[in-house]
Amino acid sequence: MSRRLLLLRVIVLVTALLGINYVTWRWLFSVHWSAWWIAVPLVIAETYSLVDSLLFGMAMWRLKERGEPPPPIPDATVDVFITTYNEPIDLVRGTAVAAVAIRHPHRTWILDDGNRPEMGRLAEELGIGWITRSGDWAGMPRHAKAGNLNNALQATDGEFLLILDADQVPSPDILDRTLGYFTDPEVGLVQTPQYFVNVPEDDPLGSQAPLFYGPIQQGKDGWNSAFFCGSNAVIRREALMQVGIARYVHEVGVGVNRALRSARSVVARARKELGPEETAVAKALDEVLYDVNRARREIARGEALLDVTYRFQHRIGEIRRRLVAEDMQLVAADLEVISQLEGLAEASDQSLATVSLESIDRVTARALSPLGAIETVEALVRAVDVDRSDEAMPIMPMATISVTEDMATCMRIHGLGWRTVYHDEVLAHGLAPEDLESMLTQRLRWAQGTAQVMFRENPLVQKRLRWPQRLMYFATMWSYLSGFAALVYIAAPVVYLTIGVLPVQALSSDFFLRLVPFLVVNQLLFFVAAAGRPTWRGQQYSLALFPVWIKSVTSAFGNVFLGRDLDFSVTPKVRKEDERLRWDLVRPQLIAMGLLTLAAVVGVVRLAVGQASVLGTSLNLVWVVFDLVIFSVIIRAVRYRGYAPETAEAPEAPDEPDEPDGAAGTALPPTSPASEGDR
Amino acid sequence: MIDIDVSTDRGIAVVVPHGRLNMVAARQLRETLNGVIEGGTNRVVVDLAETTFLDSSGLGALISGLKSARQAGGDLRIARPTPAVLSVFELTNIDKVLRPRADVESAFDV
Repeated sequence: MSRRLLLLRVIVLVTALLGINYVTWRWLFSVHWSAWWIAVPLVIAETYSLVDSLLFGMAMWRLKERGEPPPPIPDATVDVFITTYNEPIDLVRGTAVAAVAIRHPHRTWILDDGNRPEMGRLAEELGIGWITRSGDWAGMPRHAKAGNLNNALQATDGEFLLILDADQVPSPDILDRTLGYFTDPEVGLVQTPQYFVNVPEDDPLGSQAPLFYGPIQQGKDGWNSAFFCGSNAVIRREALMQVGIARYVHEVGVGVNRALRSARSVVARARKELGPEETAVAKALDEVLYDVNRARREIARGEALLDVTYRFQHRIGEIRRRLVAEDMQLVAADLEVISQLEGLAEASDQSLATVSLESIDRVTARALSPLGAIETVEALVRAVDVDRSDEAMPIMPMATISVTEDMATCMRIHGLGWRTVYHDEVLAHGLAPEDLESMLTQRLRWAQGTAQVMFRENPLVQKRLRWPQRLMYFATMWSYLSGFAALVYIAAPVVYLTIGVLPVQALSSDFFLRLVPFLVVNQLLFFVAAAGRPTWRGQQYSLALFPVWIKSVTSAFGNVFLGRDLDFSVTPKVRKEDERLRWDLVRPQLIAMGLLTLAAVVGVVRLAVGQASVLGTSLNLVWVVFDLVIFSVIIRAVRYRGYAPETAEAPEAPDEPDEPDGAAGTALPPTSPASEGDR
Repeated sequence: MIDIDVSTDRGIAVVVPHGRLNMVAARQLRETLNGVIEGGTNRVVVDLAETTFLDSSGLGALISGLKSARQAGGDLRIARPTPAVLSVFELTNIDKVLRPRADVESAFDV
């Protein structure tokens, strides 16, 4: 064990002990219950921060510094993918020229989701491939970048894939430095950092993610949970395809079972509504019901879905043909309902497994004639057949459950037992957003994507992940809940300074003796983990962007559970040439700063007239100043006018990368100054 | 490129891939299957007796063939997998969807 790791472990242990000691004492002995409306939120926020700190400590416990990579596999076949949607041609040209110049033998492809002829001409000029969506995608959900990659997977056949966003210019040795890890047949993915060249030293928009692309990924790597971040990663095709097959099996199984359940209730209802004279129809419906139950029994016995659905469809087909001959006129009456059902099957932009029973029931609840019921069953079975008729391709290796496909895909790769590697060396240089609005849109999008995964495939209940892996994924999601804690950390000092309500029972020496040492070692842990990397900007943004984090969680919740639109706008690609300063984008932060300042003034007045204690007022004033220093970054961000390099020429296109997953920063709530910085 | 034999008998096409059905051969198999189905034969048996190796890309091609066959109103069956190929079926759980048949002639009997 290196001396650094040993030191880290000692600090992690001390931090954990002091933190647990402080928060336990807070819950048991120091909550000011009569002021519960502020006291309870505060102690919950402090507990949140402690958990954040413990998860960060857990990652640091196994920080893995890999050093020199193993030599590359000489005969490995590699496809280099450059994903683009609407970035300027010249931007893509720069990346493509650099990709062609990668030393290890490979083929280069532009994955052009914008389907632009001039992009095709660029590819031809450079002698590389140009991939656009195949005809299969006509009228099907496109799934953005995940769909773009899935489409390209089908058109290529290299053993490994290097994925690059349109703005990520690779170094010639990027493959030589990463392919060697795949000598281990269990390694499925190697991620390298994302680094941005159009960012000044002081990084006013917090674009760089030195802590995430560093100790945090290295810590996750130690627990075999290094994340895939969408770009600058090499993936073993077999790992990705296996994910696609396993998902296909899963979704088809869920979908067929769901359809059969729904079919049974539809037919049973129709059977009840029959008149006494309709004996032929009654007999037919009984047969259908029998077949539905038989299909369910067969599936329960473990028979192959393909056989069960095939036999079922054919038997229902037989019964239907017999009935049609007997009773033609009923068909017409039900055609409308049936076409709606088929619409449900085809137009659904969700995967099979997420078509809700309720939506099927809603349609099928309408009164149907018996023949209509049979047609209904057929439509339902077609809807969830093993052919996945609602998707362009039956196999979707890149996950489509989230607007950020990378994390969900990586979790599934880990679930199948593959290993991932984080190689801590900058091997591609990209471009970050240069204006506040684009930056806010981008951060919101990442946060929403993470929250979607948390709600749809919560890592804590993924049985195929080992517990440390579950916690490493969960840590990232947890860190995005910081927006709610930030609200409390703003409110608490305001409440004390204005109306004198203290959420803690007493500012006793007990309080300081427990809190201060914890804060100090927590900062120390942070300092040692960062090893000289700048972290302050990230700490500021993790608190200062609290409206973004809150919106991400609430909108993803509405999207996943209430079927609402994500309200997701595509990140603007071209820098806004707006003359005005966009104070409107940060109104909540400005209001918070105003409240804090006002509270400070009121607090001083209250102290002057003897209505408040010196200790309480000064402590809360320090807290206010801390909050204001944190929020001051917002002012700089609004005033930032884009990157102006001090030397040489500016990058040609001041555009924003397609989907550069980077770190959002690191939380530093006033009471618990270490939190996992995250994407 | 691998050799893929195609023959049609009484409305059922038999497709026999020879050798390694891996990521390089997957596209070829997918195109062969699509050609057969677009040519009007919607019942297809893929005979895996001559297939020495199968990876997830090869499996993906089989599933995409299954989708095409079903959408054309027919079906795709797998017959005679070697033990090596069968182990891939079990590893990916695909045997829950696709049940391999013991021989080509009776592949469409049930």
